[in-house]
Formats: sequence, structure tokens, C-alpha cells
Amino acid sequence: MSNDKSNFGKWSRRDMLRGLAGIPVLGTVWFAGARTTVNAKKERQQLLETLNINASPPPPTGPMAGDPIRLGIIGFGIRGEQLCRALGFATTKWLKDMKEAAEKNPNDSRLKDFLAQENLNIKISAVCDIFDFNAQRVIDSFSTNDHKVKRFLTYKELIHSKEVDAIVIATPDHWHAPIAMEAINAGVHVYVEKPMTHNVSETYALRDTVLSNPKVVLQLGHQHRQTQSFLTAQDIIAKKVLGHVSLITTNTNRNDDNGAWQYEIHPDASPSTIDWNQFIGNAPMVEFNKEHFFRWRKWWAYGSGLSGDLLSHDYDRLNCVLKMGIPDSVVTSGGIYTHRDGRNVPDVLQVNMDYNDFTTGTSQEEGKEKGMTFVYSATLGNQFERPTYLMGHDGTMELGNAVTVYADARSTKYADLIKEKRIDPSDPIYVYDPSVNGTDAVTSATAKYFANKGLLWTYRDGKRVDPTFLHMREWLSCIRNGGTPSCSIKEGFEEAISSHMAGLSYKIGRRIEWDRATEKIIAKPGEDLDAILTENKERVVV
Amino acid sequence: MEDHKYSTGQLYALVALRLFVGWHFLYEGIIKLYSPSWTAKGYLLSASILKPFFGWLASGSMSSVVDVLNIGALVVVGVSFLIGYKTKWASAIGMGLLLLYYLAHPAFPGLPQGPSEGSYWIVNKNLIELAAIWVIMVFPTAWAFGVENLLAKNKTEVTN
Ligand SMILES: NC(=O)c1ccc[n+]([C@@H]2O[C@H](COP(=O)([O-])OP(=O)(O)OC[C@H]3O[C@@H](n4cnc5c(N)ncnc54)[C@H](O)[C@@H]3O)[C@@H](O)[C@H]2O)c1
Repeated sequence: MSNDKSNFGKWSRRDMLRGLAGIPVLGTVWFAGARTTVNAKKERQQLLETLNINASPPPPTGPMAGDPIRLGIIGFGIRGEQLCRALGFATTKWLKDMKEAAEKNPNDSRLKDFLAQENLNIKISAVCDIFDFNAQRVIDSFSTNDHKVKRFLTYKELIHSKEVDAIVIATPDHWHAPIAMEAINAGVHVYVEKPMTHNVSETYALRDTVLSNPKVVLQLGHQHRQTQSFLTAQDIIAKKVLGHVSLITTNTNRNDDNGAWQYEIHPDASPSTIDWNQFIGNAPMVEFNKEHFFRWRKWWAYGSGLSGDLLSHDYDRLNCVLKMGIPDSVVTSGGIYTHRDGRNVPDVLQVNMDYNDFTTGTSQEEGKEKGMTFVYSATLGNQFERPTYLMGHDGTMELGNAVTVYADARSTKYADLIKEKRIDPSDPIYVYDPSVNGTDAVTSATAKYFANKGLLWTYRDGKRVDPTFLHMREWLSCIRNGGTPSCSIKEGFEEAISSHMAGLSYKIGRRIEWDRATEKIIAKPGEDLDAILTENKERVVV
Repeated sequence: MEDHKYSTGQLYALVALRLFVGWHFLYEGIIKLYSPSWTAKGYLLSASILKPFFGWLASGSMSSVVDVLNIGALVVVGVSFLIGYKTKWASAIGMGLLLLYYLAHPAFPGLPQGPSEGSYWIVNKNLIELAAIWVIMVFPTAWAFGVENLLAKNKTEVTN
């Protein structure tokens, strides 16, 4: 070994090799790892710069200064309670339940989130609910020592009481428009739950009322308009990332009784605690019936099943992204298959809305940029999650509380990038996922369903917020500071007409067309569309 | 100098094992080091047992410390094994790290397995790599292949 000595004196070349050979290996591995990551990052950066998607900041809403706005609550059932919570008013029972839940599970932040909510500077001064129990809950929970919530027995008395500046309507659907119009004509601002109306003619009447009372602020209860992912999706469409979108598929998948509107029947319900005549309103009179009262969504006379209850949300979710408006025609099919319990609204529904001239822009030659079908597919007999897809020539967007965009393998726009292997069509080119930095402890299937539709919460500056809170805040801000809310009469008109066309097509069993010039749903001679839509039967033979 | 009587074949096999494990650790560490948005948070939050402990590691203030320590440990073990220096210490660190990885998502029957490319029952790759490091720990090779070889020589030459 002595003949193997190198210049390093005591170390032989062999010693050097055995001592230091690991170092070049180390260098190589380090370099390989660094290069891979840095290159991947650079590629992503370039791609993102090309796509140039910016989640547009939410529409600014102004301060909640000035005198408190005096609110009247009309309808304090399931939704009325949620809306009041979004306004900063929780029932005593809810507060107690949430305190217990938080003690049991420290990760349950519902109470904490509620208490952290901004004060909207409002006063709940009046309530009208025709079920004594629900009216009493409002009085007991929201009255204070120096301020007692007043109960009115009819919505008209409440509206004309001079005790309210604005009202929240969370009654069954057939009451939305009559109450909203009464209020608007009286100069009272309105937050009305979806669907905006229950038949065709009141949709026009409500629009006329709103347009002739421009000082009154109307907001329709599609809170997902505040969800950050939908604002991001709007930008993706505006930047023409997807190219020409020819098909949209959106779905409802539920498989439990609650999802099929088999809500609890309250033990206090009786003809003496419920003002039955006022429940019936413009619906055909029937004898007192608890099922009709608590499960009104199952009958066309009061609700409209999937088309008004859930399609309306999905339609508006996409209308807020695409602004596609009312379809040229609608074909609906389905049936009562999974819940043959006396209901007359379908529990499986397929709605195809056709837009002959709709365009989201194109990367192709002229003539391939028009036309789109919106498919809503719903079942109450299976809850496998089918996401919402917007399918364009250049890309596909999966839209939920997160947004994921894939390039299409046959895209024109990305053809070069795909060829250069800089885009892999099986990997997303863009992902917006607000929950990566937080934990979404979504438990039940229904909660997950709503969360993914952007209905339960969204994120602002990394913080989880209730979109309903944002939606109501926007309404209150427009009342105080001026402006038009994001879901007002134009959006509401489109939502209502589109939902009604879907319902009519189901009931009549034929394609329903929209005459864009006259803004009318085309009826055959002798057809009374309102009567058909609300007739308390599954199908109507005309 | 420690006295280890390995056959040539044994020595080669042990050195190869050490280099491969070191290679793997270093690469994992480097990839994370150069991805600023990388975080172990998701892995920790999805832990299937010992949730309070892993949840604490993933909590706001702890999370970034944990990420730095994790990357640091991966790189240190990788460098140590590759260049052959202080491999005993590095083995202890490496085994500790793998034990944490294993405990967060143990391959116990009935627990969710998350995305992985194989099928495992109780023993998974984390556990196998842990055992491999155990071998590296008790059958050191840095004296024969590694910086320690030179340093030992140095020492002997100087003291002699
Ligand atoms: N935006 C959303 O996410 C969302 C969620 C759930 C419900 N909603 C909507 O909210 C509305 C209410 O739904 P719900 O589930 O709370 O129903 P519900 O049956 O639980 O509550 C309706 C309440 O209105 C009261 N009421 C009925 N007729 C009345 C009248 N003429 N005057 C005053 N009060 C009257 C009832 O006593 C009851 O308390 C529906 O239109 C529904 O579509 C929207």
C-alpha cells in the first residue's frame, strides 16, 4: 500500500476513495432533488402565469354604521333559524347545544365561529310565524330586557306595522312572492329565500314590483354567490381557460329520509297552534294535515320538489359563474321511484337545459363556439358524490368548494404545451382548494353535500366564514350604503323562470321553450302554465 | 479504530444498505427543502391513532417547527449515511423519525391506509426501513467506507 501514497501524505489514494466516495454521491442526489423540484416549480409558475387566474376579490360591502336596521322575520322554521344565526341571533337552545358540543369535542368551533362573527348592527323587532311554537322561540330567544320582539299574526300586519325597515322571508315557497311584493310595495327591504317564486306569473309581477320600487333592496337567498371558489370559477371563464364550454353536468345525490324532505313533525303541531288557513294561502284548501305543513316540499301546491328546491341552487351556482341566463328550451324526465309515500314531486329528476347561442369564447376556428347544454341530474336514492363539471374544448373544470381545472388532451389552446409534455392532461393545471390550510371536519353526508355546493362555508383571508352571513351582510350593506346585491331581481327572475320551465316540462311531459324576444314561456293554446305548475298532481295531461 | 470482522461480502452488503437508505433520506429531504409550500400538516392531521399528539404537532405554532425539524432530520441522516460520519447518531434520529411516520399511519388492520402502492399488514415500508437502519446502527461501516475512515486514519497517524 505504501506505493499507493498520494500527495495527501498519510492517506493513500485508496483511503481517499474509501473515505470520500460518498461525497460525489451526496452531491448528485442533492442536485437531482433540487433540480427536479426547482424545474417543476418553474414549469408551474410559467403555466400559472399563462393561465393568469386570479380569484377575484369579493364585491366590497360597506360599513354597518348608523342606526340599527329593524328587522322582521317571517317564517322561523329550519331556514329562518339559520338566517337569524347568520345575522348574529342564535336561539337559547342552539347556544346551549353548541356549548355542550364544544365541551365534548374541542374541535367543534361552531359556537366560537358564531361568537366571533361581526356585529351587523341590526335589531330583530318583529316576527310572524303561523306556528305558535316557532314564533315563541323568536320572542324568547331574541328579546332583551329593554326590547321585546313583537309577534304579528299575519305578514301584512307585520309589514305595515312601521316597526320594521326590512324583512327576511323563510316561509314555504308558495308564500315567497306574495309576501315579498307586499313588503316592497310598502317600501320594506326584502331578503327572500329561494326559489324566488312558486309560479310563472308571480315571477313577472315580482319583477315589476321591484323595478317600480328602485329604493327597495331585494336579495334572493342563494348564499353560494359569496363562495370564493365560485368567484375563482368566474375568473377562469373570463380568462377563457376552458375554451368553448358545450356541456355542464351538475347533480344532486341523496339517500336518506332527511334528504328526501321527510322532516320531523313537531309534537306541538295542532289546529290550535297552527294557523292553517294562512299556511294554505293560494294553494287549494285541504283539511289540516301535519305532513303537508312540515313536509311541504313534497307537494307541488306548496313547493316544487327537486326543481325548485335544489336545481334552483345548482342553476344559480352556474348562472353566477357563466351568466348564461334563461335556456332556450328545457326537457325534463324522471319519476317517483325511491319515496312512494304520497308525495307528488319526483325524487329522480333529469333536466336538460339547452342554450343554442351561448358561448364562453373559443380557441378554434369560427363556427365551433356556440351552444351549450346544462344537465341537472338528481336522485334521492343514492348519495355517491358526482361532482359538477364544466366541459370545454380546451379544458374541464370541476367545481365545488374547491376548483380543479384539467387541460383537455385534444385542446387547441394547450396543444403545444401538451406536445412538449409541459402539460399532462391527467394532472390538474390549476387547483384552488381553500381547505388545504385548514381542516374541514365535515361529518354527515348531507353536510358534505352542502359544503361542496358552497352553501355551508367559504373562506376569506384563510378564515372560514358562513356564506349566508356574507350574503345577508351584502344585503344590509346595500340598504345602508346603496348598491345592488349579487342575487337580486335579474338573477332571481332567471332562476325562477328556469326552475319553472324544468317543472313544467316534467309535469306536461314535453319540451318547454322560451321566447327570448317576448320574454315568455311558450304555452300551447289553452294551456294555463301556472295552473299546471302548481296543480297538486304528479303529471298533468293537457 | 473499532474492530469489526466482516467478510468482504458482508461489508459490501452493509455499505450498500447504508448508501441506499442515505440516498433515500437525502432525496426526500431535498425535495421538501426546495418546495417551500411543503408541509407535514396533512399527514399529521390525518393521523389514525394518537390524534391529540399528532394534532398538537400540526397545530399553528408547532407546524412550521415540525416541518423544519423534519426536513433537517431527513437531510442530516441522508448526509451522514452517504458520507459515513456519525452514523450511529444519525441512525437514532432516522429510526425516531420513521417511528413517528409509522405511528401516525400504522398499517394496523381496520385503520385507513391512505394512498400507498402496496398491501401491508402491520409491517409496512416505514417499519422495514426502520429495521434497515437498525442494522446500519449495529453493524457500522463508516470506519471502512466513509469520512470516519479518514479521520480514524488521521487520528492513528497523529497519535502514533
Ligand atoms: N338557501 C338555503 O340554503 C336554504 C336552505 C333551507 C331552506 N331554504 C328555503 O327556506 C324556506 C323555508 O324552508 P324551511 O326548511 O325553513 O321550512 P320550514 O317548514 O321549516 O319553515 C317554514 C316556516 O314558515 C312558517 N310559515 C308558513 N307559512 C307562513 C305564513 N304564511 N306566514 C308566516 N309564517 C309562515 C312555518 O310556520 C314555519 O315555521 C324555503 O323556501 C326553502 O327553500 C333555503
